Amino acid sequence: MSSQVEPIDKEEDEAWFASAAKVYPMQVKGRFRKIKWAILFISLGIYYFTPFIRWDRGPLLPDQAVLVDFERKRGYFFFLEIWPQEVYYLAGLLIIAAVGLFLMNAIAGRLWCGYLCPQTVWTDLFLRVESMIEGDRRKRITLDKQPWNAEKILKKGTKHFLWLMIAWWTGGAWVLYFADAPTLVYDLATGQAALSAYVWIGILTFTTYSLAGHLREQVCVYMCPWPRIQAALTDEHALNVTYRYDRGEPRGHLKENQKRVAAGQPAGDCIDCNQCVYACPTGVDIRKGAQLDCIQCGLCIDACDAIMTKVGKPAGLIAYDTDINIERREKGEAPVYRLVRPRTVIYFAIIAMIAGVMLYVQLNRSMTSFSVVHDRNPLYVHQSNGSFRNGYSLRLLNKHNKEQSFTLSVEDMPAGTTLEVVGVHKDAVSVSNDTQLTLTVEADTTRSVRALVFSPEGVALPASKPMRFKLVDSDTGEITIVPDFFRTPGN
Amino acid sequence: MAEHKKEIDQVTGVETTGHEWDGLKELNHPLPKWWLYMFYGSIVWAVIYWILMPSWPLVNGYTKGLLDYSQRAVATRNFDVAVAERAETGKMLLEASLEEIQNTPELLEFAMTQGKVAFGDNCAACHGVGATGFEGYPNLQDDSWIWGGDLETLATTIAYGVRADNDETRYAEMPAFGRDELLEKEQIVQVANYVGSLADIPTQDGVDLEAGKVVYEENCVVCHMDNGKGDMETGTPNLTAPNYLYDRSVEGIMAQVNTPRHGVMPAWIERLGETTVKSLAVYVHSRGGGQ
Repeated sequence: MSSQVEPIDKEEDEAWFASAAKVYPMQVKGRFRKIKWAILFISLGIYYFTPFIRWDRGPLLPDQAVLVDFERKRGYFFFLEIWPQEVYYLAGLLIIAAVGLFLMNAIAGRLWCGYLCPQTVWTDLFLRVESMIEGDRRKRITLDKQPWNAEKILKKGTKHFLWLMIAWWTGGAWVLYFADAPTLVYDLATGQAALSAYVWIGILTFTTYSLAGHLREQVCVYMCPWPRIQAALTDEHALNVTYRYDRGEPRGHLKENQKRVAAGQPAGDCIDCNQCVYACPTGVDIRKGAQLDCIQCGLCIDACDAIMTKVGKPAGLIAYDTDINIERREKGEAPVYRLVRPRTVIYFAIIAMIAGVMLYVQLNRSMTSFSVVHDRNPLYVHQSNGSFRNGYSLRLLNKHNKEQSFTLSVEDMPAGTTLEVVGVHKDAVSVSNDTQLTLTVEADTTRSVRALVFSPEGVALPASKPMRFKLVDSDTGEITIVPDFFRTPGN
Repeated sequence: MAEHKKEIDQVTGVETTGHEWDGLKELNHPLPKWWLYMFYGSIVWAVIYWILMPSWPLVNGYTKGLLDYSQRAVATRNFDVAVAERAETGKMLLEASLEEIQNTPELLEFAMTQGKVAFGDNCAACHGVGATGFEGYPNLQDDSWIWGGDLETLATTIAYGVRADNDETRYAEMPAFGRDELLEKEQIVQVANYVGSLADIPTQDGVDLEAGKVVYEENCVVCHMDNGKGDMETGTPNLTAPNYLYDRSVEGIMAQVNTPRHGVMPAWIERLGETTVKSLAVYVHSRGGGQ
């Protein structure tokens, strides 16, 4: 069949769909590689070992430094103890994290993606394991192409086994944040732990193994929203991993460029050795400029610097730089670096403000709390002696690690008003007058009680009389006042 | 399907399936492998599910599956577990006296929670959600009681009811002075106005209250006592209380003297059990009118 129709997929067009080509990143050595190793060891060290740090909180509370205790509804973070109603700390932390990401981006592009993101860190670790077992880039390509034999099975098998072990440990460490770590490790080993612990380990083993082992750069390129947002947030002063094309172009192989120089033709420093492409964990060519796939890990800088040193040219053909500086250099002007500019100052100010508010709230965190809810049905009760009674639900909250006692009284009520609390007898406690009672609340708990306030006989009151409940901490003398109302039918 | 050679479409460079309609050939774009394998996987999963779990409807019933799983059985089991757990704490309530329950914070909390739910389920229909009662159904919030408002009495009333179908039930009946012609109509007017004067209810003009007092002393004082305060021992209402069970007016009193109404409260002990009755007594007492 012959065809007169123009082909739709012309070569110059980007295909709408292309299978992701497998990337074989080359291992490199250098400055940024060292920084990445250091961050990897520190961050994974924190992740895997934090649950084992002990923190003494007294006999009643858990002694794990970081523990999210769903069963008792408490979160413990070193010196902090968070109750469910204080989960806004988490909101504050998330806002700081988001703005922190913007700030990082304004200073030096995708610092998060290149060095700190768990996807990057675990992928780096998995890649290292892969190159230890299967060899570096070239050997891995060869191995993948060769038919299955004992060597290939052994190497692939060992790699996947080690990957699964790391993934399993990752899941195992995760569940330790939610229970006493040493006990849980023992229970897990002896098969006594809760089913949910095993299920979560399974889930995280699967996600770590598939995301860090198999999907790798595809997570960054296809799944992660941050590259899209990042591209919209960056500006011309943000440092990015940049190929200095002003110095590199026109590129050409070493000897070719030497010939050009000899002939008096222009020749760049880039010898087109492709080391930057081979080193790239996402398989991009940095010489094409800033792009969505580039996580800016700086490994191409290390690869290029090594080559530049070998061919006797200055390092830094690829470096953290800005487009504006390339333009300035081309015009013969000195490069500018502006760390302090409105964008960074505003981000920093937002972070400082939120951190300040959180710090203030934390420093002024009340260790006790007291709330009052007036009965809604009935609003008041007419007593047989002509007086009125109002009922209230009181909730006392004790965040102290010991039993606290409180003196409860009502204020702004006419003389002769009496206060009763169901289950608390006046004769059982020392009281100086009728309207004062002592309540105790056990350590780290809340106590709900029903309070009854009786107006004095023969005293006319308005339909809604503002009054106050006063709670005095017997130990610290801390006073909590909660305003409420005393209701009557009125005149 | 017929064998066919791989044919590459010249325009797109894509292999065709060999299917052709009027000169148009279908390009072969196979399903993504991950999708295909998940599809096969779910077929396998479905077959395993049929074998293990209840799945296929039959004419009479359904296939039970090897695991013998039933949501109903799980729900029943969970219910039994919950009842057993409740019985555990309930046992402490059973052993403690009502006073002890009120004075022990843990027991009080349990009793109040259980009492609140039981009140809503069983009592609120007549006594109201806020326990404030309706006409003919006593207000449990105020401090005037017919049979008494201390913990023990409340528990007894709840357990055995009033005029209920139970041997131990509380029983009191007022004679129908008008209907049974024990009093003249005028005497009823007089006594009703006299009672009204005791309770600060506006009385009718021109009624002889002294005559009413005589009628009261001859007929009512035995149960309602000298001052009209009633007697909780016999379940006789306090006529001077700020709240009446029925209409609190002279006309209302006359209607009651003429043909008294007698409400019934069921005995709850057999239906709810001792633990819940105790919780209810503590809960009702805690509303504030308890003695």
